[in-house]
Amino acid sequence: MSVAAAPQLQYRRRSKGALVLHQLRYDSLAFLRNRQSRFFTLALPVVFLVIFCALFGNGTVHVAGGTIKESTYYVPGLVGFGLIQAAFSNLVISVTAQRDSGVLKRRRSTPEPAWVLIAGRSLTAVGTAVVIAVILMLIGSLAYGATPPGRTIPAIIVTIAIGAVSFCALGYALVTAINSSDSAQPVIQMVMLPLYFISGVFVPSSQIPHWLTDIANVFPVSHLQKALLEAFNPHTVGAGFAWSDLLVIAIWGAAGLVIALRRFGWVPNTR
Amino acid sequence: MPSRRASQSVVNGRTGQAGPSTPVSDVPPAALPDRQRSLPETVISVRGLRMAFGDFEAVRGIDLHVSRGEVFAFLGPNGAGKTTTVEILEGYLKRTAGEVSVLGVDPQHADSDWRERVGVVLQESTVEPDLTVKECLSLYAGFYGSPRPVDEIIELVGLAQKADVLGGNLSGGQRRRLDVALALIGDPELVFLDEPTTGFDPSARRAAWDMIAGLQALGKTIFLTTHYMEEAEHLADRIYVLAAVGEGTPQTLGGRDHAASEISFTLPTGVGAGDLPEGVANAVTREDHDRVELHSDAPMALLGPLSAWARDHGYELADVEVHRPTLEEIYLRLTEGSR
Repeated sequence: MSVAAAPQLQYRRRSKGALVLHQLRYDSLAFLRNRQSRFFTLALPVVFLVIFCALFGNGTVHVAGGTIKESTYYVPGLVGFGLIQAAFSNLVISVTAQRDSGVLKRRRSTPEPAWVLIAGRSLTAVGTAVVIAVILMLIGSLAYGATPPGRTIPAIIVTIAIGAVSFCALGYALVTAINSSDSAQPVIQMVMLPLYFISGVFVPSSQIPHWLTDIANVFPVSHLQKALLEAFNPHTVGAGFAWSDLLVIAIWGAAGLVIALRRFGWVPNTR
Repeated sequence: MPSRRASQSVVNGRTGQAGPSTPVSDVPPAALPDRQRSLPETVISVRGLRMAFGDFEAVRGIDLHVSRGEVFAFLGPNGAGKTTTVEILEGYLKRTAGEVSVLGVDPQHADSDWRERVGVVLQESTVEPDLTVKECLSLYAGFYGSPRPVDEIIELVGLAQKADVLGGNLSGGQRRRLDVALALIGDPELVFLDEPTTGFDPSARRAAWDMIAGLQALGKTIFLTTHYMEEAEHLADRIYVLAAVGEGTPQTLGGRDHAASEISFTLPTGVGAGDLPEGVANAVTREDHDRVELHSDAPMALLGPLSAWARDHGYELADVEVHRPTLEEIYLRLTEGSR
């Protein structure tokens, strides 16, 4: 009895780019249907923006080059918050859930290369991050007059792009460290909440003790906040690119990517 | 197994072949899809498979062979290494030792072309909760080079009424059907079904059996694991019992075809076991009040004289029973040492 040989046939496969978009379409559909995703990535940043601006918006805060209204300070910080919620927190929660329920394992049994599956999901996260950032900026501009100078728009676009991609890579890295989807939400709160507080997102950095900002400066959240603030700050001269902050974010992102590539698993971690 | 043969015709609309019981290899090549034409017979071949997780040996030397068009039932107690073996065959795990060939490829080095030809139903349901049945299937259809039409597959697994229901809102049985649908959307040659009907009610299980029998009629090779002996008996062409290394058809497994039959009946009032004809009386193995049990490798040799005796004396013997060992009894005997 002979052993079956692989048949000589060509499968009409779509281009990889089309496949990434195909998955983007269904992943974003699933995202929009999921109440928890919608709340944590779309509603919560808007609610926070409104609350922080209502509570402290009329004061002033010292930044590089002078003072600005606190509402102008909070808008870039919460744009960063929204971006992280979408590209990082929601990604970690949904990907660990997909891994634990076997959805990732199942998708891996299809002919799709692993990188296409990852790219499709990442594009959903990055795309959502961009959308929420734009929504928050529109609200900031229309409701609180926090309109960045036109010359810094390219800097804002670059910062959001680097931030979204880097936090997405960090999200995949964190997924590898979480053993069960039940612990995804608590782990994220434990890591991110303190960082939001000491990185100038919830409290202006000028009011935070130096030893705390020194700690915060190790992590990417404060650099994202600083880079966005630089572009929003009316006292900023020039194009508003905070290159050193962007570099720190990108290094974190690259480190996350390396960890994700080495350790990412498609099957539940509990074995 | 008449019920199974009859049910095959229910869903063999695709190839439209005549004679539901015809083995696939006997079907004229023209009736089969291109992919399955003139291919050699072996689909899965495993020799000396071993798998260790650290010090723990989950799989200790398995040899098996599955032919094209066969429903192969892979049985064994929990912890015997069933799922580990299946995951090695599916390409999820790298084995410790042994030779494995699935569709002519070592699954450890499986590529996209190989995954086009293999459908997988995992032990846990894996539907996407936020997509409808139709959307979920469309998503997966896009992953394959030559998928079946989504509507056809929805019809095949009997989810037409639920096409627009979210995966998260389906019942357990419906989710399992969607699982099977996802495994079939790429039009695979080989389908792995890992405990496909666990948790089903009896009627849902019957429906699933019809569906699986229908898959075989479509020319698919099916590798089935199950805890239900009735399911294995109903569906399988061949059975392999892990841990006991028993292999055979449902009828011959563990010498079932030669095992003694048991005949039992209640004696008429006032009649003792000693009043039975001589050959019959010698075969009595148990007497409980007026209930008598006989054992024999050749039950007809007892039933003939017994019925003649009853007729001559005007006895009815209304509750006479002939019992063959069930597959479950054989299975329990085979796996006794490993539980």
